[in-house]
Amino acid sequence: MAVTSSIRESAGTVVRAGLTGGKRDVRGIVFAVLLLLCLLTSLFMLTILMWDVVAQAIPVFDKRGTSFLTSDLASSPDKAGVSQGIWGSLVIAGFVVVLAFPVGIAAGVYLEEYAHPSRLTRFIQLNIRNLAGVPSVVYGILGLVVFVQGLDGLTGGRSVIAAGITLAILVLPIIIITTAEAVSAVPQGLREAGFGVGGTRWETTRDHVLPYAAPGILTGTMLAVARALGEAAPLLLIGAITGRLASPPGQTLVDRLQGKFTAMPIVIYGWANEVNKPGKKTGLTFEDLNAAAIVVLLAMVLVLNGAAILLRNRFENRRQG
Amino acid sequence: MRAALFLAAATSILISTLIVWTLFTEAWKFLSDLIDTAGIGALIDGGKAPGWYPRNDRFDIPTIVLGTLIVSAVSIVVAAPLGLGAAVFLSEYASPRLRKVVKPVLEVLAGVPSVVFGFFALRVLGPDLIQPLFDTSQKTSLLVTGVAIGILVTPLMASISEDALRSVPSALREASTGLGARRSATVVKVVIPAAVSGIVAALIISVSRAIGETMVAALASGRLGQSPRTWDPRDPGLPMTSAMAQLAQGSDQVVGSTLAFQSLFFIGALLFLMTLALNMVASRLVTRFRTKY
Repeated sequence: MAVTSSIRESAGTVVRAGLTGGKRDVRGIVFAVLLLLCLLTSLFMLTILMWDVVAQAIPVFDKRGTSFLTSDLASSPDKAGVSQGIWGSLVIAGFVVVLAFPVGIAAGVYLEEYAHPSRLTRFIQLNIRNLAGVPSVVYGILGLVVFVQGLDGLTGGRSVIAAGITLAILVLPIIIITTAEAVSAVPQGLREAGFGVGGTRWETTRDHVLPYAAPGILTGTMLAVARALGEAAPLLLIGAITGRLASPPGQTLVDRLQGKFTAMPIVIYGWANEVNKPGKKTGLTFEDLNAAAIVVLLAMVLVLNGAAILLRNRFENRRQG
Repeated sequence: MRAALFLAAATSILISTLIVWTLFTEAWKFLSDLIDTAGIGALIDGGKAPGWYPRNDRFDIPTIVLGTLIVSAVSIVVAAPLGLGAAVFLSEYASPRLRKVVKPVLEVLAGVPSVVFGFFALRVLGPDLIQPLFDTSQKTSLLVTGVAIGILVTPLMASISEDALRSVPSALREASTGLGARRSATVVKVVIPAAVSGIVAALIISVSRAIGETMVAALASGRLGQSPRTWDPRDPGLPMTSAMAQLAQGSDQVVGSTLAFQSLFFIGALLFLMTLALNMVASRLVTRFRTKY
């Protein structure tokens, strides 16, 4: 392997030298360097910005410690914290898991394993692709009309339930598409073997196709949850709270689910609009707090993405081994 | 089992129907109310200082459409060269090992929530880079919004165009090299033209993302819910998505109580149609590309 690749490399060098007449291909080098610059810019512009945020967030965790994570929203940067935002985001993630996972996976399996190539099937596929491209703010309108106003008896109006259902709908196309891709990558021989020993289509799908496709499906679902955690636009339309949010004692879980709510990205949006005056006690501004809130949100999103990739790799290794 | 799975797939049709129905019934209510009170001509403000002032029942659609067009144009000027350049490097120059590391990193960067970019635009990009560089009057402007959205869609642009470039058969590259072309000539004259429909699809998808991007626009474009019409990217302005976010926020009204709140649905319907058209064209291009190779 190493020998062949080194032979190929030296052959490549000889060919390239022949093409340029033994001279250095200055224009070619400039072109390659420009391309590399494009790649580095797109990678590092973001990395530098992130670094900036982390640096600004460190004093917050230093001075506030865990109280930043356990406090409610407040008007003073000395007291404000993100606990309600974390709670809202976790509940939304819960809704995505409970609603979008089963429906999305079932739909993906149907499209790849059960659907006959008909006009209806093609229409459903086109429809899902188009849904995936609908801007998130439009899903916010759907949530506002259907779940906040139409079903307010169930959701309690501008509540985290309405938000959770809306975001579950928003990520549904992602789950369907990744599931369908994972299922269609399953080798045909596996299905034929399942049918050959007398399995029904459902038995074959459940016992052979789905386990084989599981890593791909899992990756897709985790990316979907990460997307739901970071989405803010639909929540603005549904009416998440950007200012102060009281959580009176003695609330039951149902009260809390049906009451006013906020979520991490909305906390960040709200604080970005705050006046930048340092708090008397800690000297921290809302901008500092916001950097810390971004670190919390990025941690949630990136941990999920990282876990998705790790899990996928582990499954792939096991299959090969 | 089959019926249950079919029902799951059919929910997608239910969702689309609900979206279309809510958008267009409410948008129609807005239009018919507007026609009753001011006439259809009110959609384009003909006065001396036209603008989007929903609280005064002035709905100048060109103001917010112009805001969106300027922002997406700027963002494509940023994202197209960067994303395409990165894609060409990854697919034509990078070693497989480097590609294996960089591609997931790009994918993770594509997952950074957009509200984070809004914060960057408002706190860093605007005051520290764009304002001194372009001498804008304020920290927030359509230009800052466009640049931030451009950075946001660059990984997407890079990822889709890289897929397109990689699916060009290597026989084309070998033939070009065999005819004596240098690598840069092969890339520019053979590989990119062969992948052009995939690259155009990447461009269109990026534009569609930029048009629909809300949080950056709401934070960095610089107008709170109302704006005069402007053609200058350095001015603060109001893209459609930002107008929507601010119409919904802080209005606890029931649907139909005022014209201003209903205009939310009209903008939503317009936005939906614009992105739908772009996405349809892009998916047609991608299909054509797949069948070609």
